[in-house]
Formats: sequence, structure tokens, C-alpha cells
Amino acid sequence: MAMEFLRPATWDEALAAKAEHPGALPISGGTDVMVEINFDATRPEYLLDLTRIEELTDWSADGERLRIGAGVTYTSLIADLADRLPGLAMASRTVGSPQIRNRGTVAGNLGSASPAGDAHPPLLADDAVVEAHSARGVRHIPITEFYTGVKRNALEPDELIAAVLVPPADGPQQFAKIGTRNAMVISVTAFGLALHPSTGTVGAAFGSAAPTPRRATKAEQFLAAELTESGRWDSRAELDPAAVTRFGALVAEAATPIDDVRGTADYRTHALSVMARRTLVWAWTDYRRKRVRTCA
Amino acid sequence: MKCTVNGQPQEIDDVWEGESLLYALRERMGLPGSKNACEQGECGSCTVYLDGTPVCACLVAAGQAADRDVVTVEGLAEDDELHPVQQAFLDAGAVQCGFCTPGLLVATHDLLEREPQPSDPEIREALAGNLCRCTGYEKILDAVRQAAATSAQSKAGPS
Ligand SMILES: Cc1cc2nc3c(=O)[nH]c(=O)nc-3n(C[C@H](O)[C@H](O)[C@H](O)COP(=O)(O)OP(=O)(O)OC[C@H]3O[C@@H](n4cnc5c(N)ncnc54)[C@H](O)[C@@H]3O)c2cc1C
Ligand code: FES
Ligand code: FES
Repeated sequence: MAMEFLRPATWDEALAAKAEHPGALPISGGTDVMVEINFDATRPEYLLDLTRIEELTDWSADGERLRIGAGVTYTSLIADLADRLPGLAMASRTVGSPQIRNRGTVAGNLGSASPAGDAHPPLLADDAVVEAHSARGVRHIPITEFYTGVKRNALEPDELIAAVLVPPADGPQQFAKIGTRNAMVISVTAFGLALHPSTGTVGAAFGSAAPTPRRATKAEQFLAAELTESGRWDSRAELDPAAVTRFGALVAEAATPIDDVRGTADYRTHALSVMARRTLVWAWTDYRRKRVRTCA
Repeated sequence: MKCTVNGQPQEIDDVWEGESLLYALRERMGLPGSKNACEQGECGSCTVYLDGTPVCACLVAAGQAADRDVVTVEGLAEDDELHPVQQAFLDAGAVQCGFCTPGLLVATHDLLEREPQPSDPEIREALAGNLCRCTGYEKILDAVRQAAATSAQSKAGPS
């Protein structure tokens, strides 16, 4: 079967093409799509190239949130937004290699919706919203509703991701990933943490330890209540070690991992509790240090 | 499909735009410098510049390169003279089977454009996407340091 390559020059043309050919496979950085095509794992009837659409490579401040266009690469995200989106930038730095980060995009990570995608934990921890467009209109999909199954997402067949909306950090953020070496690894598990002092809430999410990336809701609620009730958001006193341990345990409890070639379920659960405790201590140290700086 | 490769306009027919830029370069444009080892972005031996940015040519659809500017390892040397990065790889003995070399040359060229005097961690980071089965990397690091030193010297002018 012949495959056709569609190269819309504008966003409206892209949406029209997707409406006309809902089976068309979008391609941005191609770092997932081309692997599949090179290995004959996929033979779409239409490939829909989005790299001609200049506006997709822009990011901007959009009210309360940063709007990251679907064509923004990991490399530009790291260069431009690391101060405002530290968690997402940390995760981006662990993606592949320089060549992969020069092409790969957060939107592509969302399109693939792999449970191992590194952008997902920070996006979940920071309450991101996916801005999906179609010829029918615009839809804002809360990130918690975006992942619907293993490599499945909430996009309708005629929809494209235009941008991801992420609130800039209002407190410390951390990301940790376990892999078999330092560069070019798909995570065995990964964990993202965002503390939100302005609302007294906590975002905690993991990848590669359930069919979809997932928030550890009980762990988030426990830690937020603990920090609020003990007055620590204001006092910034050292964390109670028992609370740190409990937080780690609750994160691990939220996971439903499987055994596979990259690691066993037990190892993943254990690793998650360790990463959760560690990132919490790092984030809190950061939070305490910031106060010292502002008081001095 | 039309694009510019190493400064030359190229026009190729019969290309399926969903095939990789790497395939188009090697099989349709007669530029076999960029190597094909993994076709999945893991080894970096196919690294080329696309509009000035180093990418894995195996992960770029040929149609995505249309009307864009591609520079391959074949475009680094000027006339008959090796680029200082190429010379340094030869001098340092950083080339054994040579399969990884074209990609490493482009990645190193890009690193030194951005950071003429890179630290060792910067070199390792910049070359993290380029695998070599032969050299154990020490000679490659030597070559990058040497290339940085040579370009610093030539910038300082003849002494
Ligand atoms: C060597 C290598 C190492 C890697 N390492 C990592 C890693 O460490 N961590 C990690 O998370 N990933 C990794 N990846 C996977 C990949 O790089 C990421 O998933 C990346 O974010 C994909 O982005 P892209 O722009 O290249 O997507 P593409 O390959 O262009 O697309 C990916 C999917 O998203 C869809 N899509 C793209 N753009 C849109 C849009 N605007 N609207 C709707 N759908 C869209 C596509 O149709 C496709 O289904 C690696 C890949 C390689 C080859
Ligand atoms: S052939 Fe492209 S990275 Fe290996
Ligand atoms: S010299 Fe043989 S792979 Fe590097």
C-alpha cells in the first residue's frame, strides 16, 4: 500500500488534513515514529508532517500558565524554560542523547503516551493541560485525564496537540529516573515531584510502574496535610523522618508495576519508594535554602 | 524532493518521503559517509546537520528535509584539506573500524562551534549519543581535546 506524505504549511491546513484523514499519523521530531517506520512496525496510509508549521515551535506566557507549542524540542525547552519549569527541564535532560533532544518534543512524548515517557511525571505533578485542536474547535484536556491506557491517550482521531499548558513552578521540583546507564536509557521507573507552597499542595507522579503514567494521590494528600498541619510550609523546619518514610511507602503503594526485561515489579516498587524519599529531601532542602536566601 | 546538501542543491525523484533522510542520502544521493548501523537513533553514526542542528538522519523522514539545508560528514572538509576535527581524529588514533567516525565528527564539529574549549564532562555529554565499539572512547576524547587546541591555535593566528 502506498503511503502519502502530507506537508501542511499552516495549522489550519494540518487540522483540515487530519479531519479528512483521521488515520493519518502525525510526525514531529520523528524520534518515535521513524523507529516504527524503519522497522516496519507501522505503515500508515498518511504521514502528517508538522515540522513546517512555524508557530508550533513557539512558547509563550499564557495567563497563569506557560504555553509550550507542540514543536518545541527538549533542547529549546531546557535552554529557555529550565528556570520556570525545573521539573520538566530535569526530565528533558535525561531524554535520549543530544541528537534525540534536538528533535524530540513533549507533544510527541504525549502522542506516544508510553508509560515510560519521561515528560509525563513532571507534567502530572505540575497539573499540566493538553491543548488539543481539531477542525471542530479547541479542547483543554487535564493531564490526569489524558493517559487512557498503555500507549493510549484521550485524543480524538481528528485532533492534534497544539500545545501543552504548564503553570510555572511556585516551589521546588525534582525528577529522578532509574536506568541501566547514564545516557540513552528508557526508564526502569521515574518519579516527578512538585511542591506547591502557594496552594499548600503536592504533586507526585511516576512512570513505568503502571499501565499509564500515574499520580500517587494518597501520597500527595498525606504530604500536603502533614506539611500544613505541622506548620512547615511557613516554618520550613526540617522534615519529620517518619513522614518522609510514609510518603515513600504511599508512592510505592500507588504503583502496579509488571516484571519485564528492564526490571522486576518488586524492584520497581522498591526503587519508587527510594526515589520518592530522596527527591522529597532534595526538594525540601531547596525550599529551606531559598528562605535563608530571602531572609538574609 | 529538493534540498541542499553540503551547499549543493539536490533534486531526487522516486523518493518515498517517509523513508529516512539517511536512506535518501546514502542510496539516492550517493553520499555514503553517514553510516547506517541501528536505524533507531541509538548509535549516532548517521549524525548530520539539519538546518544547523545535529540530528540522527535515520530518524528524519526524507520529506521533512525537503527545502532544508543538510550538511553531512562529506561537507566538513574544505577542498582537499581535512577539517581540523578530522585531522585530530586521525592524529589521535581515534579511528579504528571507522564506522562511528562520521557521526562523531559531526557531533564534535557542533560541540566546538558552540563551545570552543569544552571541559571533559561537556565532551562526554556532547558525544553521549555516539557509540563506538572499538576504541573505548579514550582516544576519541583525546581527539576532541586536540581539535579544540588546534582551533584555538589557528584562531590566535600564525606564530
Ligand atoms: C535513541 C532514543 C532514545 C530515547 N530516549 C528517551 C528517553 O530517555 N525518554 C523518553 O521519554 N523518550 C525517549 N525516546 C522516545 C522519544 O524520543 C520521545 O518519546 C519523544 O518525546 C518523541 O517526540 P517526537 O517529537 O520525536 O515524536 P514523534 O516521533 O514525531 O511522534 C511520537 C508520537 O506522537 C504523535 N504526535 C507527534 N506530534 C503530535 C501532535 N502535535 N499532535 C498529536 N500527535 C502527535 C505521533 O503521531 C506519534 O504517535 C527515545 C527515542 C530514541 C530513538
Ligand atoms: S543509524 Fe541512526 S542512530 Fe544509528
Ligand atoms: S572505530 Fe569502530 S565503532 Fe568506533
